[in-house]
Amino acid sequence: MRVLGFAVLVAALAALPFVTDALGQAAWLALATRILIYGIAAASLNFILGYGGMVSFGHAAFFGIGGYVVGILFTHHASGEPLFGVIPGTDQMLVTLPVAILVAGLFAAAIGALSLRTGGVQFIMITLAFAQMLFFLFVSLKAYGGEDGIIIRRTNALPGLNMRDKATLYWVVLTIAVLFFLGLRRLINSSFGAVISGIRQNERRMAALGIPAYRYKLAAFVLSGMGAGLAGALMANFLRFASPDMMHWTKSGELMIMVILGGVGTLFGPFLGAGVFLMLETFLASWSEHWPLALGLILLVVVLGTRGGIEALIRRLSALGRGGGQ
Amino acid sequence: MILVLEQILNGLQYGVMLFLLAAGLTLIFGIMGVINLAHGSLYMVGAYAGTWVAAETGSFWLGLPAALAAAAVTGLAIEAAVVRRLYARDHLDQVLATFALILTFNQLIVIGFGRQPVFTMLPEAFAGSIELIPGLHYPPYRLLIIAAGLLVAVGLYFLINRTRIGMLVRAGSTNREMVRALGVDIRLLYTVVFGLGALLAGLAGYMAGPILAVQVGMGEQILLATFVVVVIGGVGSIRGAFVAGIVLGIVDTCLRAFLPGLLRQVMAGPEADALGIGISSMGIYLLMALVLLIRPKGLFAAGS
Repeated sequence: MRVLGFAVLVAALAALPFVTDALGQAAWLALATRILIYGIAAASLNFILGYGGMVSFGHAAFFGIGGYVVGILFTHHASGEPLFGVIPGTDQMLVTLPVAILVAGLFAAAIGALSLRTGGVQFIMITLAFAQMLFFLFVSLKAYGGEDGIIIRRTNALPGLNMRDKATLYWVVLTIAVLFFLGLRRLINSSFGAVISGIRQNERRMAALGIPAYRYKLAAFVLSGMGAGLAGALMANFLRFASPDMMHWTKSGELMIMVILGGVGTLFGPFLGAGVFLMLETFLASWSEHWPLALGLILLVVVLGTRGGIEALIRRLSALGRGGGQ
Repeated sequence: MILVLEQILNGLQYGVMLFLLAAGLTLIFGIMGVINLAHGSLYMVGAYAGTWVAAETGSFWLGLPAALAAAAVTGLAIEAAVVRRLYARDHLDQVLATFALILTFNQLIVIGFGRQPVFTMLPEAFAGSIELIPGLHYPPYRLLIIAAGLLVAVGLYFLINRTRIGMLVRAGSTNREMVRALGVDIRLLYTVVFGLGALLAGLAGYMAGPILAVQVGMGEQILLATFVVVVIGGVGSIRGAFVAGIVLGIVDTCLRAFLPGLLRQVMAGPEADALGIGISSMGIYLLMALVLLIRPKGLFAAGS
């Protein structure tokens, strides 16, 4: 039943370009692409935040690193000069995405190894500190555009596909998102996921069971950073642009809002949260220039009024509906 | 030498501003356990309210009570409407709700005052510059800020160490449940502390007016530095906030002033400037990371 529901959802999402095409609403397709990409980033954050209880306020750093890997490799591809004199640039997505994931993972390993020595609010702040350091580092890197960022003239190539076509790019992103989601579900349901969840609930008890909490938390942090890096690389391909703004602290805040809005520690929640947040932002922005006011008030009502985000709200409503039917 | 002295004074001035904000933030966090991202909004509200009154009346000094009152009233309103509901929630809900408050306040200010920065006049008696020691000309207004900040620090010291409210605050930051169990009206204490924190933020905001541009988003710029101060000093410690604020203010100011010049000795001008600005912006975060790696709970953490 659940498998069927998932298949129907994926089929509906796959058909979306035909619908937007028929309606002549190209902007909706762009919005859907962004939602999928942010959904990947938010779900990555949720993996450590919701399941592992590690509140990272610097996850945009890995998102930005993913974007910069694509941007920097493209710059060197366009100029023909290898990076550091040895690494050739490339515009092949089959190369850039894995490299982005790997580099984001390396940064996550370094930042996580240091940050996980603290906990609680100190952890929130130290992850923020590292992200800010990277933000200012890229702002000062004049070779890669500094504050203005890198323009990527062409979306990365995939053999046999016309990546200039917006619908093709959307299908590529959708495919990656589906694979990512299936992988994430396996990860959460694995024994590794169970340990991570156990550490959140009671770290001391897990230690008493002989489980090295620090190592498991670090592994989860790295995986989460890799997911955010993947999303960043996709975003750089979609926008054909990478800039320090991708790793600004407000971006980390937005990712966290998507997670909280959708439902902390749920599988689908972050995707829902990303969807609701971006749609609210888009529609409110087209409605009034004072949209942040409305967005702020709506968020306030949601956080004060619902416990557990939209996912919990839907579940409660559907339980109510079932209860009424019986 | 003169230049170094001048920058240290500038750093001191920035440091006491950070302390004014960090004091409120650390009280609110240490006692109530609320992460208030909207603390910067109170700073902004104070700056705008004071500047507006000063412009309307033509008097800098009339702007001051207006800034304090506006920030305090806004703070009390936020506490009653939003923050009070967040005491029992986890940090995530607090982050989201106060982030939403930032969006709301920024847009309200845009609606009320527009997007252009507003400039505050200097009080006449403090315009110009005075010669502190031969060769060191310094704006007296900055000295006024330093004096005001130090005065507040002393006042807070007496409030916290010598009064009944202070005793409860100290007890509350160590063990909240125990204070509640002793039958203290903790809700009233929370409200008083929040109002006090807002008042200090408003003071900082108004005093910053003639030096920095009063503009939408000014709160967020200083908020992160303030959080760094709170964390370095140790959450809940006023003493820590004071020491960390001053140190951070001086380190940040001196890095910004001298690093590009030092780098220019070893590399080309524009690159040196860009890199120098970049590294000096990273400076306070680097400092925080170092402190937390050595003392994970900050320098003066309660109970350590």
